[in-house]
Amino acid sequence: MKPVQFTSPFSSQEVINLKAGDRLLISGVIYVARDAAHRRLTELIASGLDLPVDFCGQTLYYMGPSPARPGSVIGACGPTTSRRMDRYTVPLLELGLRAMIGKGERSEEIRQAIIRYRAVYLVTLGGAGALLADCVIKAETVCYPELGAEAIMRLEVEKFPAVVAYDWQGGDLFQQETAKYCCLHEK
Amino acid sequence: MEDRSLLVNECSGVLKSRQMAIRTVGINQIKIQVSELCLKANFELGQDVIKALQNALEREKSPVARETLLQLLENARLAREKSIPLCQDCGAAVVFIEIGQDVHIDGGSLSEAVTEGVRAGYSEGYLRKSMVDKPFSERINTADNTPPVIHYEIVPGDRLRIVLMPKGGGAENMSRVSMLSPGDGKEGIISFVEQTVKKAGGAPCPPLIIGVGIGGTLEKAALMAKQSLARPLGEPGLNSEISALEAEILERVNRLGIGPLGMGGSYTALAVHAATFPCHIASLPVAVNLQCHSSRHAEAVL
Repeated sequence: MKPVQFTSPFSSQEVINLKAGDRLLISGVIYVARDAAHRRLTELIASGLDLPVDFCGQTLYYMGPSPARPGSVIGACGPTTSRRMDRYTVPLLELGLRAMIGKGERSEEIRQAIIRYRAVYLVTLGGAGALLADCVIKAETVCYPELGAEAIMRLEVEKFPAVVAYDWQGGDLFQQETAKYCCLHEK
Repeated sequence: MEDRSLLVNECSGVLKSRQMAIRTVGINQIKIQVSELCLKANFELGQDVIKALQNALEREKSPVARETLLQLLENARLAREKSIPLCQDCGAAVVFIEIGQDVHIDGGSLSEAVTEGVRAGYSEGYLRKSMVDKPFSERINTADNTPPVIHYEIVPGDRLRIVLMPKGGGAENMSRVSMLSPGDGKEGIISFVEQTVKKAGGAPCPPLIIGVGIGGTLEKAALMAKQSLARPLGEPGLNSEISALEAEILERVNRLGIGPLGMGGSYTALAVHAATFPCHIASLPVAVNLQCHSSRHAEAVL
């Protein structure tokens, strides 16, 4: 199936139409946060304070880039393991976070939350940080610069490749694709 | 008294003849070499890994997985040509050093020289600094990717061999050790590796290279598993029994169908590398160290 082009942030209708296995090329704005930033965001939410970024309707990419060389927009910028963010994710979905991009499977709790909040979880090319750097046309640190590679960033991307892993109807890319090839390997 | 002076004379004689054979390696040379290895390992995927990915591409059944494998090969080409890291996770710097017993390190501390080399390499190469101090509390980034994790081994000879292995967090986090019972035997080992890979799914960035350390003690098994990852792909195990076990584990793991990046396919792993060591009559330690497809290591002999 050919990839379909989308603009981020996604509309709620676009997200509802996405199905596990759909391949996308994303252009537009995505935010970046990983472990340390998530921890801070969760602490702010728990204290009833405002977040430095309004994530309502936005797309969040779990990533921590390598430093940009002079003249480059960004360094290598592939996804990090999403399941470490699971413990911080539900409060962000409650605030309206619509799409998440990372790598690997997530907990049952997050799969259920994706259904409940009509969100979507996408995966991109783990370990292809050099290739993905070409899809980033602008990168700026939004807050927590002291966290280095773990700062919150705002990226403008062009034709950033992603695949729908979990859709809001419970579709699961990993289960559906693994089942096709389980026990099939030739000797 | 007389006897003792005779003994001293004899000893210094031995020392003199030994000194003739001792080779001196300067710490500055070590520092520069380590720094260069940091860059080489992070920018250049080994030809053995590229060949294994190409081989998987030819045999992979899933069309999505074939496309993923093509993109990984393209990523390796871009990284090499543009001196950009293969992966943004430039790893913890794991360093294996074999010190010939006839080598003298001159000019300072060997560990400090290796640390300096890592500091310089990660800075000059625009590599990501991923090490945090105070690991269970404040987790403060050390800002230069130090300290490296260094493993020393004394070996015969007058050379110094350095293997630098940037080890990413994603695959490392999915690695496991188990103290099996001797009665668990071969099937226990295979099953433990299979379950480890299954539980990890797409997170450790398959297709994997799987290091398996069997025997020894808890830490010996883990070290063997990690060292096995530096073995070139395609090189057989130490003996036919180990090679046969590696082949059996590989087949079992690839039957899981997890595939490249967990998106389904026939190549969940490219290779299994196992190593064994004798162990206690009560024990059967097994360590599984997962390595992502971006299997980075570079070495130099001084």
